[in-house]
Amino acid sequence: MIDTTALRQGAAQGRIELRQSFTGGELIANLFWPVATLIAVFFLRDRPVPGTELRLGALVLPGVLGMFVALGMLLIAQQLTADREDGTLLRARATPHGIRGYLTGKLTTVSATVLAYLTILLAGGALVLSGFHLGGIRWPTLAWVLLLGLLATQSVGAILGALLTSSRGAGMLSLPVLGLIAVSGIFYPITALPGWLQGLGQAFPIYWLGLGMRSAVLPGTADAVEIAGSWRHLETAAMLGGWAILGLIVAPLVLRRMTRRESGSRVARSRERTLRQVG
Amino acid sequence: MTTNDSDDVVLDIEGLRMRYGTRDVLHDVSFRARRGEVLALLGPNGAGKTTTIEILEGFRNRSAGRVSVLGADPAHGDERWRARLGIVLQSWRDHGKWRVRELLDHLGGYYARYATPTVERPMDTDELLAAVGLTEQARQPIRRLSGGQRRRLDVAIGLVGRPELLFLDEPTAGFDPAARHEFHDLVRRLADDYRTTALLTTHDLDEADRLADRILILNEGRIVADGTPADLARQIAGRDQIRWTRDGRRFAQSTEQSGSTAFVFGLFREHGDAIGDLEMRRTSLEDAYLALVSQAEPTGAHP
Repeated sequence: MIDTTALRQGAAQGRIELRQSFTGGELIANLFWPVATLIAVFFLRDRPVPGTELRLGALVLPGVLGMFVALGMLLIAQQLTADREDGTLLRARATPHGIRGYLTGKLTTVSATVLAYLTILLAGGALVLSGFHLGGIRWPTLAWVLLLGLLATQSVGAILGALLTSSRGAGMLSLPVLGLIAVSGIFYPITALPGWLQGLGQAFPIYWLGLGMRSAVLPGTADAVEIAGSWRHLETAAMLGGWAILGLIVAPLVLRRMTRRESGSRVARSRERTLRQVG
Repeated sequence: MTTNDSDDVVLDIEGLRMRYGTRDVLHDVSFRARRGEVLALLGPNGAGKTTTIEILEGFRNRSAGRVSVLGADPAHGDERWRARLGIVLQSWRDHGKWRVRELLDHLGGYYARYATPTVERPMDTDELLAAVGLTEQARQPIRRLSGGQRRRLDVAIGLVGRPELLFLDEPTAGFDPAARHEFHDLVRRLADDYRTTALLTTHDLDEADRLADRILILNEGRIVADGTPADLARQIAGRDQIRWTRDGRRFAQSTEQSGSTAFVFGLFREHGDAIGDLEMRRTSLEDAYLALVSQAEPTGAHP
């Protein structure tokens, strides 16, 4: 079943797209969010978290790592819709093994972009937070949370990208995602929220990514502010794994449906629509 | 039908129908193409050209009929089949951030596994860039190409896997006359050099005449004529208009093409010098085409 053409071509595509997004003007756009986040973390560095000896800055940074993994979901949804409108996807459909190669490439690009964000955040965090040391990170924990998180969020992102009909729709997707981030305990402990919002937050991967990252980065005693006073590794693995399995089952189905519907006249129509919106 | 004969038939379409809801956009379309032929599917907007080509490309499912493209049903074509096709659309504006050579190299990579001892795949990028005249733009980002350059790149991409069959959907829509002329030369040359079978759609008669070995006229979802440009002119409206004056009076006569020379000879034999202002007008391909499609103006055009 291993399709070497798709893997090789996907890796090549990922390399080229990464070079594009980390050079020139796009580099600035790509650096904006991690750097803005670091600035926010810097200003929160001295604010205490009630009931612990932790500072808010140190608490927020690992949660933010989880959030950036989850934002990969938006990236992939946006790129899929944009690529459908300009014909990139149809081009892939017209090429033997093209769709598989293209999707492999997209996952490579977005995963690598997420990794680049995490690297910037970790390195920057070590610079601006005096109490934060890379040496204290439990890397194996970080690795499995990251892996499950990427699988879950990118497969779900691919589903959303396949179901949305326009890149404008994908742009609007960021609103509910921001809402979810607000109830996922990224910027403040989730235990400060009313119970039903805690329940909502825990239904989605963002909360569990944040929790998992905190468990990998913060001192062991910091779990005091978490639900049930525990890192809940088993639940984290089950929830992220569950989302990943759901995503991996559903994504190929909707992607296949999306691909089947691509044709020249469809791309032509979306071009006309874009021209009308611009003109 | 012998094996040899069927090997030579690249496209074989019989009784193709396409229905959207309750409206038929293609009725009983049938035609064939042989290896190396350049075929133009000519017709007014809304005639069903794009629908036909999308069915053949495997991008759209048909309602009924038998369709064989390179020996396979496009609705079930596999990757190996896909590798033998080249597709050029008018509306592609993908990969704008990629560089010209980078994209050609990359897409060519998908075809490497389909190389055979006799057929080199993909085509050499430099050779291809030179063939479409984009050598100087090789390192440019694609979004900075002009419209004509972009279309030439699309043709290069269509050819990169050395296809046995090339589809071109309205390849020169939006071109100025000079760019169009240049593009025609390019396609003709490539079809000759690489012995690729090509099917192109166009609503431009001149384009069909220039490029195609054979023209199929599609009108309101039906093939109304099929033949070489010369065939069509003869077959459809094969009459000449002859006008002359005699003793200051004007005369006009419509004759069968085969009889025109004899008619004029007879005229002179009978009246000699009294005949003046003789004018004989042969029905052009354009007349033939207009005669076919003029009764049927596009109704609720579908792309």
